[in-house]
Amino acid sequence: MRRIKLLQYEGFTSFLSSLMAIVAGLLVGLIILLISNAEDAFPAFITILKGGFLDGTRGMAQVIYFAIPIIMTGLSVGFAFKTGLFNIGASGQFTLGAFVAIYIGIKWSFVPEQIHWLVALLGAMAAGAVWGSGPGILKAFFNVNEVITSIMMNYIGMYLVNMSIVKTVYDSLKNQTKPVLKSAILPKAGMDKLFNTGNVSIGIFIVIIAVIVIYIILQKTTFGYELKACGSNKEASKYAGINEKRSIILSMVIAGALSGLGGGLLYLSGSGKYIHVLDVLAPEGFSGISVALLGMSHPIGILLSGLFIAHLEVGGFNIQLYNFVPEVIDMIIAVIIYCGAFALLFKQIISRFIKKGTSEDIEEPQQAAKIPVAAESQVVNSETEENDTEQREDN
Amino acid sequence: MEYVIEMNNITKVFGNFKALDDVTFKVKKGEVHALLGENGAGKSTLMSVLFGLYQAEKGSIKINEKSVKINNPNDASSLKIGMVHQHFKLVHNFTVLESIILGRETVNMGILKKDDARKKVIDLSKRYKLRIDPDAYISDITVGMQQRVEILKMLYSDSEILIFDEPTAVLTPQEIEELMKIMKELVNEGKSIVFISHKLNEIKEAADRCTVLRKGKYIGTVDVATTTKEQMSEMMVGRKINFNIDKNDIETGEAILEVKNLTVIAKNSKKNLVNNVSFEVKAGEILCIAGIDGNGQSELVYGITGLIPINEGQVLLKGKDITKESVRKKSLDGMSHIPEDRHKHGVILDFDLKQNAVLQTYFELRFQKNGFIKFNAVKEYAKKLIKQYDIRSPRDEDSTVRNMSGGNQQKLIVAREIDKDPNIVIAVQPTRGLDIGATEYIHKQLIAQRDQGKAVLLVSLELDEVMDVSDRILVIYEGEIVGDLAPKEITVEELGLYMAGSKRSDKYEKN
Repeated sequence: MRRIKLLQYEGFTSFLSSLMAIVAGLLVGLIILLISNAEDAFPAFITILKGGFLDGTRGMAQVIYFAIPIIMTGLSVGFAFKTGLFNIGASGQFTLGAFVAIYIGIKWSFVPEQIHWLVALLGAMAAGAVWGSGPGILKAFFNVNEVITSIMMNYIGMYLVNMSIVKTVYDSLKNQTKPVLKSAILPKAGMDKLFNTGNVSIGIFIVIIAVIVIYIILQKTTFGYELKACGSNKEASKYAGINEKRSIILSMVIAGALSGLGGGLLYLSGSGKYIHVLDVLAPEGFSGISVALLGMSHPIGILLSGLFIAHLEVGGFNIQLYNFVPEVIDMIIAVIIYCGAFALLFKQIISRFIKKGTSEDIEEPQQAAKIPVAAESQVVNSETEENDTEQREDN
Repeated sequence: MEYVIEMNNITKVFGNFKALDDVTFKVKKGEVHALLGENGAGKSTLMSVLFGLYQAEKGSIKINEKSVKINNPNDASSLKIGMVHQHFKLVHNFTVLESIILGRETVNMGILKKDDARKKVIDLSKRYKLRIDPDAYISDITVGMQQRVEILKMLYSDSEILIFDEPTAVLTPQEIEELMKIMKELVNEGKSIVFISHKLNEIKEAADRCTVLRKGKYIGTVDVATTTKEQMSEMMVGRKINFNIDKNDIETGEAILEVKNLTVIAKNSKKNLVNNVSFEVKAGEILCIAGIDGNGQSELVYGITGLIPINEGQVLLKGKDITKESVRKKSLDGMSHIPEDRHKHGVILDFDLKQNAVLQTYFELRFQKNGFIKFNAVKEYAKKLIKQYDIRSPRDEDSTVRNMSGGNQQKLIVAREIDKDPNIVIAVQPTRGLDIGATEYIHKQLIAQRDQGKAVLLVSLELDEVMDVSDRILVIYEGEIVGDLAPKEITVEELGLYMAGSKRSDKYEKN
């Protein structure tokens, strides 16, 4: 009885369906490994599964290092999703944030040393926010689709950053940015000793704070209520007297700030990472979409899915030992996301299973019947009206 | 006795909920057979079983005396069953002709040939007197014409059994009359019609026999001619319904809402959608704006409530100019708005009941502190509304509004708007698509507001509602007020003339 109650809980079915997507993705990965080299496939597969656990604390540090930027961009995309916007521009916002963080980290030596890194991070957030606000303003006032504008902003951002690097903080020998001042590198706060490597810093705590803040905004505040209302039904929000233009813009500004912070956190981590002057969009922005999808746009889900994908990436790095290419991981992640799109189908399968489980249980018969209804209504969102008539009958 | 449809002992279960319980439904050839029941009685489910959208757990179906199994809508259409859904399923950027032939296109070597189809469609439309313009786009035509397109679509595929799912819910009185004629025409041509409805007047007018369902159970089949409306409604609801609305005369007070020379000009056509409209609503008065759909009522209300900008004119609430104020400010000043389109404006379908209950008040201090929502207060408030206004839903305040029935969604909106203790309630078609019980309830609430000395502005397309509920009627035609009438002094026919624009009061001479 208790088990079934747990299954009836919406969040839990979401979690289960994500889990099913992950299993499907891993199986495909295994098949690819088997095809390319059957002999080493299983040890390599186990390496992938072990991922960050293989190398003790250093492995875990590596997972955290990979996870920080993609959790932030994931939060950015997921937050925008929740408010009805598709922020595909996380990449541009991320790059802008990274550049401004580095710029402040190198040039603003006048800032007191103790808070230099903090100022750099705030600068990164501000830059991302500005970059996010563009599509937001266009959407709010001229109803221009934010997907198109934010893709454009990605390219504008990338070239702008490349240009600015060459003009200001360029290391022409390596075609990349110069190293930032020591004071701008994130404090380690003993994390390096704990994990026995230099890659970790307080960055992960900042990420966790961001996750909690976003969770609170969305779930607990009137501000989040307004944003979600505009995301679900713009017209009704207008009717309710919510300033929907302001909500759209703020939502993109916050999303941009999150991505920008992600850029700052990665490039100020003191791991020897620099922006290379290349005509390539920052991949972290697009990983963010995967992370948000897998985490079902829920802040906590994004935190977990970001860690999970980073875990796989570390595993992918390690399978090079067996002469496999790390790109296998990208394929696995792609399949997981692909199956994630079927999450609703999985949900239905799960709820059908629940229905069978409870049909002998007379105690709570109605609840079981309701979950498929809810799931169905999401699948055929476009046919809202029809569903309503059907559900009227159901109720 | 020849039956075209015989559905015997149909039982359909959703989860543990019996949507249909041992229902028997038989339709004779060449009759209009009404299927009557309240929302949720199982009418649509029964027809969905017939149309192959659902499979029944128990029971058998015979079409033309032959046992059949209908697994999907394609099976149904090969059995010549056609259905016009309550919400039309048309592609908006297709032309009328393209919509009709969709799925049954005539092709030559993979290339669409529309000439034959056009001829057939025009023939059909002439034969059944279904006026359409084959080249108009669906998005540009009226709801009534969209319905005729749906009917033609069925006829185009040679359907013999036509199912109309609440066809009149979206139509104007004139269009309803026309539909009734069309149905008679179809029956005369030998088609059989199933007519789903909960409106007794229409059933009385159009149907030969009537099967009544209540809560998924078969109640009975009666001859419409020999059964009174009261008897049918009692079968449907299970109790006696009072058709007469009790209303005492009360004194009207000061003017609450004043609208002066309000004009709204269409964005792209420069046409005056609302043309120099002035009126006032007094305390203790239900003022009804009557008119055929699309004559500027919606724009008038949107203009007053601030959802669209107005081009000229003034709106005064209790003497205070609120023309330029925001929607929120107007709401705080005591303007309640029960919107025309409840899914578009009235509720957020993916939010739950309690979140929708505070849609306009979430920012008030009783529901938030320093920007944090007081969940307990919201919950208690939703519980109060549920109790006080009898809103029924699967999981009370936690139910997602999408999963609530239309009647209860509307009750929630009415509850929310009335509970704000407004000065004026603006209700636009508040009973559209609702069953008798819910309609009766909402009328009572509006009258109660009036009796408390509030002003009520009612916009309605239903003549019965206009005549029964209002204290004063303004008729709107092409964006202008053409008549100021008292319901007790005019007949429905006269009102119809005003609505059709063929009559004007002296005060409103055309200038």
